[in-house]
Amino acid sequence: MARVKIKIDGAEVKADTSMTIMDAARENGIYIPGLCHHPDLVPSGLCRICIVGVKGREKPVVSCKTTVENGMEVFTDNPLIDADRRMLLELIHANHKQDCTNCLKNNNCQLQEVTAFVEVNEERIKRMRKEKPLVPDDDSNPFFTLSHEKCILCGICIRTCNEIQGVDALQFANRGTETLVSTFLDGNIKDSVCESCGECVVRCPVGALLPKGRQQPARKVKTICHYCGVGCGIYLGIRGSRVVGVEGDRSNPVNEGRLCVKGRFGYHWINHPDRLKTPLVRKEGRLVETGWDEALELVARKFSGFSGDEFATFSSAKCTNEENYLIQKFTRAVMGSNHIDHCARLCHAPSVAGLASSLGSGAMTNPIEQISDASCIMAVGTNTTESHPVIALRIKEARRKGASVIVVNPRRIDLCKHADLWLQHKPGSDVALIMAMCRIILENDLYDKSFIKERCIDFDIFRRSLEAFSLDVAERITGVPAGQIWEAAHRYAAGGPASILYAMGITQHSHGTDNVLAISNLALLTGNAGRDHAGINPLRGQNNVQGACDMGALPDTLPGYQKLSDPDVRMKFDKAWNCRLKEEPGLTLTEIIGAIAHKKIRALYLVGENSLLSEPDANHVRSALEKLDFFVAQDVFLSETAALADVVLPAASFAEKDGTFTNTERRVQRVRKAIQPAGNSRPDWWITSQIAVNMGQSGFQHRGPEQIMEEIAMLTPQYRGITYKRIEDSGLQWPVLDKKHKGTPVLHTENFATPDGKARFFPLTYIPPFELPDKEYPLMLTTGRSLYHYHTGTLTRRVDGLNSLNGREMVEMHPEDAKAAGLTDGDRIIIRSRRGLVKAALKTSDRCPKGVVSMSFHFAESPTNVLTSPVLDPVAKIPELKVCAVSIVKH
Amino acid sequence: MSMPVNSEIKERLNGIFNAFAGKGNELIPVLQSIQEEFGYLPGEAMKHAARFLKIPESTVFGVASFYSQFRFSPAGKHIIKVCHGTACHVANAGEITEKLETRLKIKDGETSDDGLFTLESVACVGCCSLAPLIMVDDEVYGKLDPVKAARIVSRLSRTHGEKQEQ
Ligand code: SF4
Ligand code: SF4
Ligand code: SF4
Ligand code: FES
Ligand code: FES
Repeated sequence: MARVKIKIDGAEVKADTSMTIMDAARENGIYIPGLCHHPDLVPSGLCRICIVGVKGREKPVVSCKTTVENGMEVFTDNPLIDADRRMLLELIHANHKQDCTNCLKNNNCQLQEVTAFVEVNEERIKRMRKEKPLVPDDDSNPFFTLSHEKCILCGICIRTCNEIQGVDALQFANRGTETLVSTFLDGNIKDSVCESCGECVVRCPVGALLPKGRQQPARKVKTICHYCGVGCGIYLGIRGSRVVGVEGDRSNPVNEGRLCVKGRFGYHWINHPDRLKTPLVRKEGRLVETGWDEALELVARKFSGFSGDEFATFSSAKCTNEENYLIQKFTRAVMGSNHIDHCARLCHAPSVAGLASSLGSGAMTNPIEQISDASCIMAVGTNTTESHPVIALRIKEARRKGASVIVVNPRRIDLCKHADLWLQHKPGSDVALIMAMCRIILENDLYDKSFIKERCIDFDIFRRSLEAFSLDVAERITGVPAGQIWEAAHRYAAGGPASILYAMGITQHSHGTDNVLAISNLALLTGNAGRDHAGINPLRGQNNVQGACDMGALPDTLPGYQKLSDPDVRMKFDKAWNCRLKEEPGLTLTEIIGAIAHKKIRALYLVGENSLLSEPDANHVRSALEKLDFFVAQDVFLSETAALADVVLPAASFAEKDGTFTNTERRVQRVRKAIQPAGNSRPDWWITSQIAVNMGQSGFQHRGPEQIMEEIAMLTPQYRGITYKRIEDSGLQWPVLDKKHKGTPVLHTENFATPDGKARFFPLTYIPPFELPDKEYPLMLTTGRSLYHYHTGTLTRRVDGLNSLNGREMVEMHPEDAKAAGLTDGDRIIIRSRRGLVKAALKTSDRCPKGVVSMSFHFAESPTNVLTSPVLDPVAKIPELKVCAVSIVKH
Repeated sequence: MSMPVNSEIKERLNGIFNAFAGKGNELIPVLQSIQEEFGYLPGEAMKHAARFLKIPESTVFGVASFYSQFRFSPAGKHIIKVCHGTACHVANAGEITEKLETRLKIKDGETSDDGLFTLESVACVGCCSLAPLIMVDDEVYGKLDPVKAARIVSRLSRTHGEKQEQ
């Protein structure tokens, strides 16, 4: 970047040509007062307090908006400028409630700071003060209050909501002295489109936007958000033994300080009184409190009575890498069973299976950061703004920079507002849609011939399979007009780096693996793999679902996806763990439930999974679990599933232990202990180790998570170079090949991770969803998520504010379908499928296409998965959670 | 005075939107057309306008609320404009507004319950020699005091009462 020399108050300083006068001054330690400037936002020049003089210009210039020029001479202070600033500031004070001592922002307020610098005259302010009708505070939002009396109309909140969040909830309304920050129709913030992210609150320079019930923390601990797979960097604010707030970590490349509502405000469950504080054992049918010695001894004694295939473990994508590693090691080495799985089965097993065969690795190929600079983004089957909110910010950012955004989704999700093109396809018709796009790209000669020739195989059989996907056929199957499919293909293949983001809308199908392969075909065809800002990017759901897979909490792979079937691999682990591993892969999550129902598996070790709510066909799960001879559950709360256990072991929360999480872009990041575990709860790694130790096993005497990571690094090629020291400040993206290697932000840049280094095309045929609507069950049910809740709600439903934003299951249905069925908004309804029934409330909305209804699965009182179908994808064994047939009647 | 229901709003809007290209810079003329059609800007109509023009709803409202020509509730049969220009202000226009507010049991900018009157404040209407004055629909009544102003209103509402009796 070009540098120029300028003079500020006579002193020579250097600056980049892109800098404003204010940037240059601040960088050189020279203060210029200002109220509407924020480094994250485009300058607005609204308050004019930051005016400065420039030699040769008659009038003062607005320093936050004027860029530097070579040789410029700036004066930050003179009597004229002073007087102007004073007048502007006095006017602001005349309209500002003078109540500093009672204001939470006292001593930390930009208006105070500027006032101390500029000096105002109290008398003049008094004279300018006008009686104005009082505009009441807006305290509708559970997490923050807007006080108009303190607002200085700097517009920072409005610009934040527009530029950072892309929500546009706020705008100035009215004019003159009546101007105020307002939502649409001047309604409550809570009822507006606001997503409660709090980004505006952290940027408000004065006390006009303040978090509710805020307490000043005594110290801050750097760690990682435990909710979703984005893995935002946070600071936990701690006071005594309580978490009193969360702040975004601006140094973290994933989020650069930004957070969503769950990450910023969803921490109240950590200190919730319902936390499990002591081990429980079942005596005469009731769970009673006991001490660790008794509980561990009992579990160790009972577990010793089961051998190999009688035992299964559900590990947890909420737990750390170290814990998942130990849990699978325990299951395999101590219990001699490969029956270990976790909820990845329910979300991204098809990604792992599909991408492993086409690219050699099932993870997101490109970093989150790079999304901002893609030229095209195709978001398929991902409701990104709700499920991965901070990744959605990147999509919006890319769009602002000119990227073309294609949304493929049966529902008019929020992201459609930010899309150039929205393809509303029928649920489950993805293969037809994407293969038709491939065909158009081929026919129009938009494909990357040299990439295909040099780096891919099986192109010809793939090409032949495209014959079945003419535009007409695709239009008929998908319901998307041919012209739109054509346009999508042309946008995607326009030549610039194109990134595909996808999530459960692709994977949760009985042909989920085919869907994933279709996506991989499309990216390979256009050379969009192994390239910056492009790639194939499965967005993983849970905070550490990537890590749990990496650590081998899967029935067929050991840590680092090393195959159990490989004798060399087994030998390596046999030696390291001092055991004899079984070659035969274990059963998957859904199969384990089946085996329990048939009494083949008799003991279950369940870590942090509320299976009753997240599994398909929940009634079946409950009756299966009741058949177990011995059932141990380990969790932070007594979940609906844990309540059925024989022994319940209280686990520490993410704020109470050390470890690492691996986010969806393969970044291994440090999680830190900020407070002592609640009551007598203990970190999961400690609990599992102690069970093993009580069973007389060696190999579980680690001093702590750091030492466990050393063992992981030794045995897992992708993690070989990871040490706590190296990831102290900022995480590394695997593979990290050795202790010097800097990690791998973009996968497959030179070779694919397949045995021959080539990517593979797959010929595909279209298979409709297994269960389609019929006379008896005329509607298609598809499941989704809400921004305000997480997974089965065990955590988020214990945060009052999140409940007040979204407190019960609402079934979305198109208004015309509702009318035809004689239903109106808010009706209590019964939803029936072939497997069971659920009660909920109805919300009519044209976000849902006709013939389709949509529900989440966050609410225990409306357990959606009673309805869903357990039909499995033949390869990845994922159940078809996204589509089943239902009927709806009034309750 | 009846508020149109949503489906009806949508239909009437389609006619309006046909005349526009759907670009953000058409906001003001679109709002004007909506107000012409409905007599005010129904919230639902502003939402549709935002979607049509691809701009945020909050912006539509922000802009609409900036201009005094736009109203957010249906107007009464008669619009009473009280001039608050400098001359009228000096001649105690404030008291006239206050008086009419009590007489009609509404606040400035609102419409009376019977749907007959909407009360507004306006800037100088250019007949300062008659200050203070009000305009009812297009007729100017000058050299008023609060009592006279209230009487004008009473007279008008009586004519409506009579009409209804016929
Ligand atoms: S609420 Fe805060 S950020 Fe928003 S305009 Fe007022 S002072 Fe500025
Ligand atoms: S909380 Fe977030 S979404 Fe709501 S107004 Fe503020 S920035 Fe916008
Ligand atoms: S986007 Fe995910 S990781 Fe980031 S703050 Fe929200 S829940 Fe936490
Ligand atoms: S800080 Fe520059 S105009 Fe407000
Ligand atoms: S001030 Fe009222 S008409 Fe001019």
